[in-house]
Amino acid sequence: MPVAVIVLGAVAIGCVPAAHLLASAQWPRRSPAVAIALWQALGLGWGVATVGALAGFGVAGLEAGQAGRRPLLTTGVSTLARTSRGGVTTAPRSGPGASVATATERAARELFGSAGPAARFSNAMYDLRLVSLMASVLLLAVLCWILLAAVQGVLRARHRQMALLKLLAHGDPKVPGALVVDHPAATAYCVPGLRSAIVISAGTLNLLDQAELAAVLEHERAHLRARHDLVLLPFTALLRAFRWSATAREANRAVSLLVEMMADDRARRHRPARELATALLRVGVSGGGQAPTGALAAADQPGGDLAARVTRLLRPPPDLPLYSAVLLCSVAALVVIAPTAAMLLPL
Amino acid sequence: MLAGIVSYCESMNRLGELERAIMEVLWESDDPMTVRQVGICLTDRELAHTTVMTVLDRLTKKGFVRRQRAGRAWRYRPAESREAYVAELMLTALDQTGDRQAALTRFARSVSGAEAAALRAALEALGGSRRD
Repeated sequence: MPVAVIVLGAVAIGCVPAAHLLASAQWPRRSPAVAIALWQALGLGWGVATVGALAGFGVAGLEAGQAGRRPLLTTGVSTLARTSRGGVTTAPRSGPGASVATATERAARELFGSAGPAARFSNAMYDLRLVSLMASVLLLAVLCWILLAAVQGVLRARHRQMALLKLLAHGDPKVPGALVVDHPAATAYCVPGLRSAIVISAGTLNLLDQAELAAVLEHERAHLRARHDLVLLPFTALLRAFRWSATAREANRAVSLLVEMMADDRARRHRPARELATALLRVGVSGGGQAPTGALAAADQPGGDLAARVTRLLRPPPDLPLYSAVLLCSVAALVVIAPTAAMLLPL
Repeated sequence: MLAGIVSYCESMNRLGELERAIMEVLWESDDPMTVRQVGICLTDRELAHTTVMTVLDRLTKKGFVRRQRAGRAWRYRPAESREAYVAELMLTALDQTGDRQAALTRFARSVSGAEAAALRAALEALGGSRRD
């Protein structure tokens, strides 16, 4: 089996335990930005490697007899093109079914060159390779589709929010630059986008004092400025497509917490950490913010995230040493570069 | 060119503000209202009849207002109560599952049970009762 497929397979499989390891590690709260980069690399690397490994396994048998080595990407694309045109070489029969049958026979001859049980095995092997190739195309399509669907869903939800806010929200001198919605539940959030908004409920206005409100605004402004929503988007999209996957859930939860920590750090530069901590605690225990429906699945709502943020604000852990940060960033780069190189280089 | 863009933006802002004012009028009223009745409630703005009609038309297209024939005139009423729209805003913000999590970023979830008790204790320790 070509080196490229082995590299791709190793990265694809290795990403899953790596994600578990990262989810349970303690260091991410010391440098959330590094941890987010690693999560992004794992996600992207996994996608590229899985699609590539499936495709690579699929075309490996077909190309075994060809002279010279070509990058996996071009081999895969040309194989797909030939299969869809109908016929790997000069096919005696016509039609898509015929081309598959011809391809099967040809590949069987190429691989094993004999009849009998070996040929049957090679036929099965060929089917497996074909399924693998199809699976890779399907996975690529699904990944692109869920990303587009998530973008569309997000844009629609934000558009609706902005339209409603325009009719309902009003300003308040206690929270300059934010919109106030008259509702007793304590909540604060931001609507990111080209036209963004910070929304504070009347419940929050009553609950928090002036200094705490300023800390909340700083936190939300940090989200908007750094476009943390764009960091979250692919992970929520992935979770939507793979709801059953514990890894996708872990990744999503970890990245949302890390993004909050980054915004906390940014707010702490302008406001005392203690104000933000008490604001978090007050909103957290207000109880009015509980969603009335059972929509919040227990698995998505593990305890401890809020406490972790408060602890981190009051007793900030030291930043990761520079060499660790550099090492982790190199690992992140490698996770993306290795499978990409395996696809593009003639291995 | 630039003046054209500025005046366009100003007119859009004015329309947005009018939409809000007209929604307020409709929410206050118990019965569906005609364009003329809405205009009368906003006399201090000295709006042309056609302006009120345009804004009501926009609101209808956006789904915030429903209209029905009453004789020769249309009568307009809000599609939902003000409270229902506020509830919709809040629910989107509170229900942080799926797409909604990426659509909005929320400051803090509220927690319950043992975790809330622990946090309350932490708040006490921080002098959280100073406001009371």
